[in-house]
Amino acid sequence: MTAAPGRTGVLAQAREQVLDRGEGLSQEQVLAVLRLPDEHLPDLLALAHEVRMRWCGPEVEVEGIVSLKTGGCPEDCHFCSQSGRFPSPVRSAWLDIPGLVKAARQTVETGATEFCIVAAVRGPDSRLLSQVREGIDAIRADGNDIRIACSLGMLTREQVDELVAMGVHRYNHNLETARSHFPAVVTTHSWEERWETLRMVAAAGMEVCCGGIIGMGETVEQRAEFAVQLAELRPHEVPVNFLIPQPGTPYEDFDIVEGRDALRTVAAFRLAMPRTMLRFAGGRELTLGDLGAEQGMLGGINAIIVGNYLTNLGRPARQDLDMLRDLRMPVKALSETL
Amino acid sequence: MTAPFCVHCGRAADDGEHAPCRTSRTALEPPRFCAACARRMVVQVTPMGWDARCSRHGAYTSEETG
Ligand code: SF4
Ligand SMILES: [Zn+2]
Ligand SMILES: [Zn+2]
Repeated sequence: MTAAPGRTGVLAQAREQVLDRGEGLSQEQVLAVLRLPDEHLPDLLALAHEVRMRWCGPEVEVEGIVSLKTGGCPEDCHFCSQSGRFPSPVRSAWLDIPGLVKAARQTVETGATEFCIVAAVRGPDSRLLSQVREGIDAIRADGNDIRIACSLGMLTREQVDELVAMGVHRYNHNLETARSHFPAVVTTHSWEERWETLRMVAAAGMEVCCGGIIGMGETVEQRAEFAVQLAELRPHEVPVNFLIPQPGTPYEDFDIVEGRDALRTVAAFRLAMPRTMLRFAGGRELTLGDLGAEQGMLGGINAIIVGNYLTNLGRPARQDLDMLRDLRMPVKALSETL
Repeated sequence: MTAPFCVHCGRAADDGEHAPCRTSRTALEPPRFCAACARRMVVQVTPMGWDARCSRHGAYTSEETG
């Protein structure tokens, strides 16, 4: 056990514990980081950057995502415009196979090595899985060797095996928020059910991608709780989203996360998970703007989603790639990941 | 001529201010309602663009930018 750190003592502790020894912060320590006053933010970000460079290196993994099945989801995640339970203006849509092939091609043209196929469902049925299989075959037949990840909700053991057989190397399933806050966000399934899918994915040898959304009414204590719960899962990748309040959803009037809180959270997650790929995902444009995106890249982030998201637009991919060039952060190449 | 309907809320374009429809959030939102008839459109967002289809007025699509 580590003793409860003082306000800035936590940075000195983290330097020794995380930077030198590669051991992530405890929940108490993460909380101390999240409570650091603004004047310590630059030091915190600098330390998180050092940790990232030491334990992950300078490369940035670039990924594109596309929605194969949009909207009409039976679940009630309160942040989500794709839930069929809320009066959101998002209508259901299926992307056809040529559309999927084109999206994969556009993604590879940005220099991305990861392409994630996402569907708004509780879990996949046989129709969805056969669309995914057909889609992956068509992407390969197009001569595209980008690595393919999927995010299709909760899985059964058989479905995990099917995805492995299709060559899906990474599976995304977000825990979304701290276990103690989850029942306030979702009532149609439990945090534990999500955890169970993640456990099966890991057991099958797929890379686990699991993150969440900051700014859903969780307390700062719950943010710290979430960081260590993620760390316990040992995910390969953690996507960090910031809430984009969606019209028609229960969270439509929520405030967007303050830029400084967003950066503090990014750095705290890095110090909780020194070796994990930490990916900038949805909401960064709104919460952080252009300057903040750069500060995040220099504050612990080492992966990004480029281009548009599932139902929202991002900033142009070109702009992110230029930023990485200016920061002298090389984009991770496909050959190095094989 | 300006479009009769707001693509973000579907109300008549001259019905009030539409301030909530012109925020930094809606700048990151594809059109959801047809500007010609206010029908809710089927929208597909792709990594580099979007297309939106009105059952009456057909497809609208973004200039794809990289
Ligand atoms: S399960 Fe996924 S798509 Fe469905 S409501 Fe929840 S977040 Fe949205
Ligand atoms: Zn409007
Ligand atoms: Zn129309």
